[in-house]
Amino acid sequence: MRALGVSSIAGASMLMMATSSGASSGSLAKGAPVTIGISLSLSGDFSADGQAYQQGYELWADSVNASGGLLGHKVVLDIVSDASSPTQVVTNYQDLISVKHVNLTFGPFSTLLTLPAAQTVNRYGYAMLEGAGGGPSVFQAGLKNVFDVTLPVSYDLAPFAHWLTTLPASVRPKTIAYVTSNDPFTEPVVQIAQKLIGKSDIKTVYNKVFPAEATDYTAIADAVAAAKPQVVVLGSVDVPTVSAFMQAFEQAHFTPKAFVATAGPDQGQAFISAVGKGNADGMMVPNSWYGSSSNALSKAMVAAYIKKDGGTKICTNPCTPASVNADIAEAYSVGEVMAQAVKATGGFDNAKIIAYLHSGVTLTSVQGSVKFNNLGENLAQTAYTFQWQGSKFVEVNPTTDKGAVPVLFPKPAWSS
Amino acid sequence: MATGLTLIFGVMDIINVAQGILVILGAYLSYALSVHLGIDLFVGLLITIPTLFVVGIVVERVFVSRLKGPERTAMSILVTYALSLVIEGALNMIFSVNDVQLQAWYVDRSFLLFGIYFPYIYVFGFLLAAGLLGALYIMLYRTRFGASIRASLADQTAAALVGINVKNVATLCFGIGVAVTAAGGMVYGATNTFNASTSYDLITRLLTIIVLGGMGSLGGALLAGILMVTLEDIVAVVWSPVWSTMSFFIVLVIVLSLRPQGIFGKQTARVA
Repeated sequence: MRALGVSSIAGASMLMMATSSGASSGSLAKGAPVTIGISLSLSGDFSADGQAYQQGYELWADSVNASGGLLGHKVVLDIVSDASSPTQVVTNYQDLISVKHVNLTFGPFSTLLTLPAAQTVNRYGYAMLEGAGGGPSVFQAGLKNVFDVTLPVSYDLAPFAHWLTTLPASVRPKTIAYVTSNDPFTEPVVQIAQKLIGKSDIKTVYNKVFPAEATDYTAIADAVAAAKPQVVVLGSVDVPTVSAFMQAFEQAHFTPKAFVATAGPDQGQAFISAVGKGNADGMMVPNSWYGSSSNALSKAMVAAYIKKDGGTKICTNPCTPASVNADIAEAYSVGEVMAQAVKATGGFDNAKIIAYLHSGVTLTSVQGSVKFNNLGENLAQTAYTFQWQGSKFVEVNPTTDKGAVPVLFPKPAWSS
Repeated sequence: MATGLTLIFGVMDIINVAQGILVILGAYLSYALSVHLGIDLFVGLLITIPTLFVVGIVVERVFVSRLKGPERTAMSILVTYALSLVIEGALNMIFSVNDVQLQAWYVDRSFLLFGIYFPYIYVFGFLLAAGLLGALYIMLYRTRFGASIRASLADQTAAALVGINVKNVATLCFGIGVAVTAAGGMVYGATNTFNASTSYDLITRLLTIIVLGGMGSLGGALLAGILMVTLEDIVAVVWSPVWSTMSFFIVLVIVLSLRPQGIFGKQTARVA
């Protein structure tokens, strides 16, 4: 009887510890820092984006600390590397929450890592604010704790598709190729673009999916070039993929009239360094932010970034707004939204933050307005298409947007 | 690249998991010479090959030669993996994680022959590889040193008994095995964007090639390398890119089921 009582108390204690090791009470002792746990891909396939995200998060932390911190508490970022691994990211967040007892969490880079990360922190009742997990799989998981401050990726190419299909018949391309990595981010984007463009008279001459782990794209790119499409839609997650296709096309003396990639050309200096300034001309990419955005918050962030990080290997001299990586803005936006949620709820209680973010409130960020639906998607932003024109990275779609400049069409020939 | 790896294993029973990062190191050396000194990629090999030869010698003397005992081969994986992590970290610090690619007039250009465009870099790379393999062949089969290597490949104990300094042969072999990564790295860097983490993709492919070709067989490494690239590209174009990588591994499984030692590997176990 006595043993049963002791074991019952022990069991109840353990149960209380297990459930309370997660969501924080929301209050901090005066002067104590608020710790934000983050797993980032500082090595591996996503290392370039991971490091850019680290810069964005740190830039935000510096900015908020310069203004006195969050509710008077200094922000401390606890960033650990997941080596771009979906299994490591789970371990990292478990460690950050249950061992290091961070107060808040920010998301990793990529849809591939965000989903397992969000599922993990959800078990502890933490909110997961993120900027790079916009694939449908993240929102279809039924999690209530995940909030993507960046526009969901599915309709990223909608402005491009609209522009393409509404070109006058005399100049509208006749053929198109779709080639995408087997990735939860790129495949949905390309599939939806294909669906939108498929309603027009533009004929599909090539349509293939390649494994995400592919390292040699030459044969695939040569096959695309052999089909001679006038438009190429490439589902890529990084600069190396885009660069490989560009190089293969140039070697095959093939220049499409329009070439859009889902990611890569938005990496600013990283993209230019890999492909060369001349070859970047005409390359298009969808995004919800660009360095020359007229958004006042964005201008201030870009100026602060150039002052702090201009001249580094990531943003080389000269570090201009056009060469600022879009990842910086995404990460910075995550911090901004969290700061507004913390201020509105008066503390660091994750349950209250989650409820607040689901309340339909409209917030601000360097990327524009932020308002979450019940799935955690931010539908308040606009998708844009950007294009490299000379050394400038400019907005070209929607064509009706006041910041848009005419599309450089057809794409200039490769210039090396 | 695979030739160096199989040569090292063949002579020393060492699995140099750092071969991938050493290829990338070679690529970065070519990059530094090209960007900062304006030296052509192929001319730069006159500097990078000897440099990596010295790196190989140092690595062998400082780390590899200290491995002793029956677990030597297994320990070599751990030691060279650790070395690869250190080199990767150093490269990230020096060059950042931004992807780069070697640039030269022949990297993106091609010429038309019989209705097919041949990229200059692939042709030049092929000629370089043929030249290096030819040089390796001459060294192995036309020189006393090469005879020493072949003797060590066949039986280290017997080689020692006939007066061959197996330790020096091993050191020089390691150096040669690493030196060839300079050439492989340069061509790789000219045909792909890369950063330090690219080495992981490389080493998995290199290890697969030498297993298929037969560990310790230079001819096997050559044949397996050609088979891998050709098969993957044909499958990617004719069938689907999704199956291209798997097709090579299907062939690997079939070959190893019929010949566990690989295409040209030796059936009997060697005594260290």
